[in-house]
Amino acid sequence: MNWLLNNYESIPFYLFTHLRLSILPIAIGFVLALPLGWLAWRFQVTRGLLLTLVGLLYTIPSLALFALLPPLLGLPYLSEANVEIALTIYAVALMARSAADAFGSVDPGVRQSAVAMGYGTWRRIWEVELPLAGPVLLAGLRVVAVSTVALVTVGVLVGVQSLGFYFTDGSQRQIPFEVFTGVVLTMLLALAIDGLLVLLGRALMPWARPSKRRPMNRWIRALGTGKVAEAVR
Amino acid sequence: MIEFREVSKRFADGTLAVDGFSLQIPPHSTTVLVGSSGSGKTTLLRMINRMVDPTEGTVEIDGEDIATVEPVKLRRRIGYVMQNSGLLPHRRVIDNIATVPRLTGVPKAAAHERALELMDVVGLDRSLARRYPNQLSGGQQQRVGVARGLAVDPNILLMDEPFGAVDPIVRAELQQEVLRLQRELGKTIVFVTHDIDEAFLLGDRIVLLETGGRIVQTGTAEEILAEPANDFVAEFVGAARGKRALHEERIGDRTVLVDGLGQPAGVLDSEGGSEAGG
Ligand SMILES: Nc1ncnc2c1ncn2[C@@H]1O[C@H](COP(=O)(O)OP(=O)(O)OP(=O)(O)O)[C@@H](O)[C@H]1O
Ligand SMILES: [Mg+2]
Repeated sequence: MNWLLNNYESIPFYLFTHLRLSILPIAIGFVLALPLGWLAWRFQVTRGLLLTLVGLLYTIPSLALFALLPPLLGLPYLSEANVEIALTIYAVALMARSAADAFGSVDPGVRQSAVAMGYGTWRRIWEVELPLAGPVLLAGLRVVAVSTVALVTVGVLVGVQSLGFYFTDGSQRQIPFEVFTGVVLTMLLALAIDGLLVLLGRALMPWARPSKRRPMNRWIRALGTGKVAEAVR
Repeated sequence: MIEFREVSKRFADGTLAVDGFSLQIPPHSTTVLVGSSGSGKTTLLRMINRMVDPTEGTVEIDGEDIATVEPVKLRRRIGYVMQNSGLLPHRRVIDNIATVPRLTGVPKAAAHERALELMDVVGLDRSLARRYPNQLSGGQQQRVGVARGLAVDPNILLMDEPFGAVDPIVRAELQQEVLRLQRELGKTIVFVTHDIDEAFLLGDRIVLLETGGRIVQTGTAEEILAEPANDFVAEFVGAARGKRALHEERIGDRTVLVDGLGQPAGVLDSEGGSEAGG
């Protein structure tokens, strides 16, 4: 508690830095994953290859990636760019699969009807498939957001400051409360971003709001069809 | 006029869905393609707006080989109504109806104005305009589907089992609506169904198909009922025949017509009697 009284002034700085470091990988990862996911959904050949490759990326330990990137890309070791690029790679890796699922979740009947009405390919993807993939994309994006916020803390090990500072500082100085504060703040930040995404989803996809059906039914049906991701929105 | 000339379609997996199909579809009338599941009805219908391209033969609209027409442009001037309406779930009713005019560059206000008029035409209350499709009943959704098909005032309207998924009462209502619209608008309608009753009701001309899109018989409902071309047709129309083979029964001083299933179909109009129901 004493620690908090003496140090609360540092919280906004780390909180804000953490937020700043999280947003870019989430956003860029999302945008990059869209075409990858679409290609994976559209072409059987690319699907297996792409998703396996992307899945492998996610298994590289984050610390290793932070250390590997600078020599590979010619960046200075302590640069924020390392962490940002590494986190973007993870975000793409996670998101590409969701995006493939999301495009797969679009009702083929609706897609056909868009073709029948005279949508060109690009316009159909942009105005029909992308919005209809929205709910599943959002479910994936929420996972990516929370995962990214958590991973940002690892950056502190390669000198990139964030709420992770409280982990290393707290354990060096043997102040468990400081570590605890870091954990709680990270979780709160993740929850806040998650909540914002949900609100954003509601604003952008008013049509997807569960109408009069009871939420429980949605879950049961979702479990039945294995489309749990669709229910999580 | 739509003309199929020796059209065949073999899908990539080897299925021969349509085998040497030829047909002239006269304008300003309703032609119904009827046949059992897998007989190639949808495939034939989709050849008219190039959602499916034939592997052999040509399809012509007013003498023009549509293989030479850009598919997207072609589709925008042909109405298409499908089962389960195919409405865009993320667009409000009014925007769904206005879809094709918007694609062709009609300004939003004008397209919306026209969409509201079309809601009147297909018997939808204008108050539903701002709803999303999942906030409508199945029958209402199909009406929106029909309105959307009519939005650019196309000469040709393709309908693929549009009422297959609604309950019988609503279906009957929608069928009457199509008859009314057709009286008023006189489109060239190509209608696909596997329901022979629906075919007889709606079709000025009926084309009976079997597997491979082979034509078994074409004609008016009367012609087909009176003289089924072969046993297949007789059997296909059979269920309907049982219902349609009426005989007289005297009940009191009235003559009642009873169908093959024993259901009273109506009262025979006699000089002294009042109007028969129908
Ligand atoms: N894209 C496709 N690829 C391969 N085969 C197809 C394809 N589309 C249709 N077929 C096959 O072609 C045949 C005709 O199909 P079609 O959909 O035209 O039948 P239909 O008469 O509309 O049947 P239904 O009444 O069930 O709608 C069927 O054997 C079907 O399996
Ligand atoms: Mg069909």
